Amino acid sequence: MRRGLIALLIVCLVAVALIPGCQPGPEGTIKIGVIGPMTFIQGEQHWYGAKMAADEINEAGGIVVGNVTMPIELVKADSNEILSVPDAATAMEKVITVDKVDFLVGGFRTEAVLAMQDIACDNQKIFLGCGSASKEQCTRVAEDYDRYKYWFRVTPINDNLLVMDSFLMLDNVISVVRDQLGIENVKIALLMEKAEVGDLIVLASEHLVPAMGEGIELVGAWRPSPTATDVTAELSAIKASGAQIILTYFSGPVGVVYAKQWGELEIPAASVGINVEAQKMGFWDATDGKGNYDDTLNTYARIKQTDKTIPFYDKFINETGEFPTYTAGTYDAVYILKEAIERAGTLDADAVVTELEKTEYFGSAGRIVFTSTETGNPHDLMWGADYVTGIGTQWQDGELLCVWPPVDGSWNGVVYEGTVPYKLPPWVIDYWKAK
Amino acid sequence: MFANILINGAITAGIYALLALGFSLIFGVAKIINLAHTAFYMLAAYFIFTFAYYLGLNAPLSATASIIITTAIGVGTYKLVIERIREHETAVLMITIALALVFQESILLAFGSHFRSAPSFISGHVELLGVSVSIQHILTFGVVLACLLGIWILLSKTKLGIAIRAVAQDREIANLVGINVGTMCLITMAIAVALAAVAGAMVAPIWTIQPHMWMRPLVMVLAVVVLGGLGSLKGSFVAAFILGYTVTLVVFLFPTVSFVKEAVALAIMVAVLLIRPEGLFGVAFEEERL
Repeated sequence: MRRGLIALLIVCLVAVALIPGCQPGPEGTIKIGVIGPMTFIQGEQHWYGAKMAADEINEAGGIVVGNVTMPIELVKADSNEILSVPDAATAMEKVITVDKVDFLVGGFRTEAVLAMQDIACDNQKIFLGCGSASKEQCTRVAEDYDRYKYWFRVTPINDNLLVMDSFLMLDNVISVVRDQLGIENVKIALLMEKAEVGDLIVLASEHLVPAMGEGIELVGAWRPSPTATDVTAELSAIKASGAQIILTYFSGPVGVVYAKQWGELEIPAASVGINVEAQKMGFWDATDGKGNYDDTLNTYARIKQTDKTIPFYDKFINETGEFPTYTAGTYDAVYILKEAIERAGTLDADAVVTELEKTEYFGSAGRIVFTSTETGNPHDLMWGADYVTGIGTQWQDGELLCVWPPVDGSWNGVVYEGTVPYKLPPWVIDYWKAK
Repeated sequence: MFANILINGAITAGIYALLALGFSLIFGVAKIINLAHTAFYMLAAYFIFTFAYYLGLNAPLSATASIIITTAIGVGTYKLVIERIREHETAVLMITIALALVFQESILLAFGSHFRSAPSFISGHVELLGVSVSIQHILTFGVVLACLLGIWILLSKTKLGIAIRAVAQDREIANLVGINVGTMCLITMAIAVALAAVAGAMVAPIWTIQPHMWMRPLVMVLAVVVLGGLGSLKGSFVAAFILGYTVTLVVFLFPTVSFVKEAVALAIMVAVLLIRPEGLFGVAFEEERL
């Protein structure tokens, strides 16, 4: 009796394992897991971006794998990573072992992505990151290539480069302050939430600000919590310091509070840097329009970074009612996967990795090429005038417009069609002209 | 710098005091530690947002409608849930935190996690001693003073207030002299939730509206009422100023570590409690309560 039951159990298990659809195959679909915090806008954008790409590819027939054309099937995985890193790890385990996806795109919060990266790579699943900027994910590839070669970053540029872009944007605003306000000795205040990238910028500013030339002074650094509900005291202190520019870093809700109070109090200092919340369409309403003139590093704007940027940007807004932000990079990620799979002619992960390393793809936010295995951070995004640059966007009367690279081409001759000049807030001009 | 600290400290204290008033009142009378207090503040903020942006009402009308609806929800919650387990303090703690989470998740389902904004009663700012202060902040401070005055008049000059104080001092004796203890607790709950809703109306335009907006203020509210002495309105007001000035001093004196400003405030609370466990104006014996 017992032997009979065991035999029956084995037969059932084998039958379940052989049910069509549970395993990838040329006759089935290519399953791509889209993993992100789906109740938050970051995850929504992961999904929207991937869905747009998958719909377009499927309408065109699908992905050619050898002699077979296969459609894409997206699997949504809610990582809940903003609230819980363990939830993210569980979601990654489930999407690989239960949903049996072939490839993965998404990820947002660095700690969660590191955990998810481990799980994906240990299961030999290619994971194209579209959210976390931590360089560590790519240094892992250098340190243990065989284990971590399945990881690639599609968006955003890594944290070191985010810092670099922030200072390039700052340099642009310093020029405007000098030109329009006639102030030679420019004072800069740092207002950065207590987070890893904020730490990096504060550290870098000690070396980079003196290197920006004479007459530029750092007056101090204020470090509110990422979840602070009020920064009026910090803003008062900055106003008292006499700064003409505030260099910001906000990844969380404090960015909305900051912009709202900065505009409401008309703090006489231009605001430039990184404010993730300011990349979103809802920022204008969330700040009641007080975030006007806030200038933030971004990935997308309605400019011609490549021929694909404006069609993607317009279609994304039409379909979702939101601006695309960097987690919508899943759009490019799915296309990059498609090209690599077609070049490889197979779904075999190692063969696709080899082809991904050869990627040269003109995506919606620039020319995407991955850093080589010879570097200290392989499979990262190449950055520069010929690659992805990142852009600076400023809210100007309800519109989010590209202001960096500057319209005069002063940064390596790069000018994206549709870029406009940076505008100082009028109350900043009035305050300093009256001094 | 002195003017900056003076003004910003008072403004921060005003917000803390407004949030803590209702919490302190309901504990003082009904002995209910209502951990859902700031969740009612969140509900009020979302109602204001809804009325303002979906129905097009102006700020005062949105705020009035929001205070009424939130108070009704608070009363309903008290009758349906809290009243039945009022005598079991641990159960009240668990139930009220669970209620707060239910409110949070409901809001998350209805509105998503997007950040929202409530309209200011009056936008703009003024310069006080060279410090930029938003008019909404000043209005909030005025409302705190008005609420305090109103509560003081209610408790000391009206029959209802005397009955509420009697219940706060000794429920059994109050019951023996014919005061309906249950009704007094219900009325106090309504006043406390209304105060939370007023806080929502005043503070939401200054901060941002999002489903988790109740958590961080709850910590500071607890700090204020514990430092001031649980149930003491005067204590809450004084404690709000101590903590408000503490966080402001941290920002001005130690800007690079301003993220610890609330932790420093909590550390001061702990230090005071080590010396005076009942808080600054708390009562060691119930008979001392006035």
